[in-house]
Amino acid sequence: MHLVLVGTSHHHAPVELREQVALDRDHAQALAARLAANGREAACLSTCNRTELYVAAEDPEQAERDAAAALASLGPEIEPALYKLRDRAAAHHLFRVAAGLDSLVPGEGEILGQVRLGRELGTTGPLLDRVFRQALHAGRKVRAETAIGQSPASVSAAAAALAEQVFGSLDGRSILLLGAGKVSEQAARNLRSRGAEISLVANSKTERDRIDEELAAVDVVIASTNASDIVLDAPTVAERLKGRRGRRLVLVDLAVPRDLDPAIGELDGCYLYDIDDLEQIVVETLSLRRREAERAEAIVAAEVEKFHEWHASLDVLPAITSLRARAEEIREAELQKAEALLGRLDESQRRAVEAVTAQIVNKLLHLPTVRMKQAAAAADGVLYAEAVRHLFGLGEDER
Amino acid sequence: MAELLFWPALLLYGEAAVGYFGDVRRPGRAGRAATWGVRLGWLAQTALLVVQATRDDGFPWGTWASSLSLFVWLVVSAYLIWGCRRPYRLLGLVVMPLAVALLVVARAGGGTGNGAVSHYSNLFLVVHVGLVLAAFAGFTLAAALSGLYLWEERRLRTRPATILRRQMPALATLDSLALRTVAWSVPLLTLGAAVGLVRLVGQHDRLDALIAVTAATWLVWCAYLGLRLLGGWTGRRAAYLALAGFVLVIVVRLALPATHFT
Repeated sequence: MHLVLVGTSHHHAPVELREQVALDRDHAQALAARLAANGREAACLSTCNRTELYVAAEDPEQAERDAAAALASLGPEIEPALYKLRDRAAAHHLFRVAAGLDSLVPGEGEILGQVRLGRELGTTGPLLDRVFRQALHAGRKVRAETAIGQSPASVSAAAAALAEQVFGSLDGRSILLLGAGKVSEQAARNLRSRGAEISLVANSKTERDRIDEELAAVDVVIASTNASDIVLDAPTVAERLKGRRGRRLVLVDLAVPRDLDPAIGELDGCYLYDIDDLEQIVVETLSLRRREAERAEAIVAAEVEKFHEWHASLDVLPAITSLRARAEEIREAELQKAEALLGRLDESQRRAVEAVTAQIVNKLLHLPTVRMKQAAAAADGVLYAEAVRHLFGLGEDER
Repeated sequence: MAELLFWPALLLYGEAAVGYFGDVRRPGRAGRAATWGVRLGWLAQTALLVVQATRDDGFPWGTWASSLSLFVWLVVSAYLIWGCRRPYRLLGLVVMPLAVALLVVARAGGGTGNGAVSHYSNLFLVVHVGLVLAAFAGFTLAAALSGLYLWEERRLRTRPATILRRQMPALATLDSLALRTVAWSVPLLTLGAAVGLVRLVGQHDRLDALIAVTAATWLVWCAYLGLRLLGGWTGRRAAYLALAGFVLVIVVRLALPATHFT
């Protein structure tokens, strides 16, 4: 059984092409079921950055053609942007994808759930089930043993992480939004996903009184208005701080020109961050993720090796099974021949003879079994299997 | 036997102190090694104290040097409650060098061998010394938390690009942990000091310098609690006050015991 991958991703195709082959859950499931006909296994991994088809089949050329044709039927222009990988290379690719190493932002966390979904929606059997399970394991291991996914990778996530560094949990914390630009909305969404609540969205200076009122109560201020000068100055904030009894205030200024007076950052209990601060944090985070990616690659390589050993052992498994069956057959036949002598033994003595002979067989076959699996991993497995079949006359009775 | 246990405790605490400095430079392995150093060192010191307790007829930590060794053990015990959790590892930067230094001083004063026979009753010493030292250990931990707070707060204000690289406890968490630790420690000191005062009055003994500075220490930590709970003090101001209170704890522990233990 071979593993075949045909797909495209943000590395190979622009969004105009990717959107042609993007599939929702139902379509992904239907396509996988269609490709899995004739005893094959198939799974579809479709995200905003990639659409990949994984097929396990005896005939890899045919499986590759079918998968490519299936994607081309969705978007005819996609064909030049398709990549095709087999067996070890295909598994390695899937493991890297699950670890977030092939993502636009290295180490992003969503992909692990998407790989899990791909497996669930697929028509999987022993091979695809194994490769997807092991890919998910590799993804989890990379995230547990490296810092690749620990730090924020966007300005909005950095703002939320800084607020958490000040407050701990953001559950129940209130946000004041000054202006409603796209970036500030993203930052607010990020904070809300961590339990914070928006108490006021102020669009212009006409709401001055409300802003001043909220300033005495909120925990986080996110500013991104189009105003050409300062919207909140330090004396105003200092005045509002008096009623807060030492409660901390995080201020995030995403506007250019800035909305918040830089002097606010000097006030006791105020933590002010502007767009440059956040962008520098993101740049640093991404460089840290890239450094961690080297360690992650090593983890992925080790996991791929384990999968490859298992996959290769499938080639020699029939020979090993036949060899063991033959040995067992001989053992039983010889015990049968000696029945006249063994008949005089009591039950416990007979059990001891059974156990000893079984142990001899197992010990004799242990090393050849291990060596055959090793040879299979080193690509000589088929030759070894043939040699074993020839030497022990396996399958000759059936001929 | 006590000799055999002292050195492993000191070396492991020393390894932990060095490990925590290594963890600041590159978080990870050094920090984990330091945490294990604290755990194993604490076990060695616990065994040392047990040996002292079994060999001595009375309360084995009645001298200032031996009580210093017990104080180190209490500080490290209190640190172990949070210190082994990853975000709080950096507390070890303050706690472990202090533990090493004080343990060395305790040994130099003969506090890690068998204690001298005290003319005080065992019960009095257990209650008085035990409570006061437990309170001081709590204040030491609160001061370490406050030191960490000031360091973290400075980083959040200076806004370096690497600010999120290290996993640190949130400012609010550090602040509230320091308050809770002091809230537990002040009643212990109050009780321990009250027991001492009752005995002082009963025996018609005189006040000494250590009692006076301990009273000042108690006042500072009571003020800390009052200002935080009633005056709304939080953050930086409270952290500086905790550090001031800790200076008095060190004075009590190191500079003045000679006047009290004779």
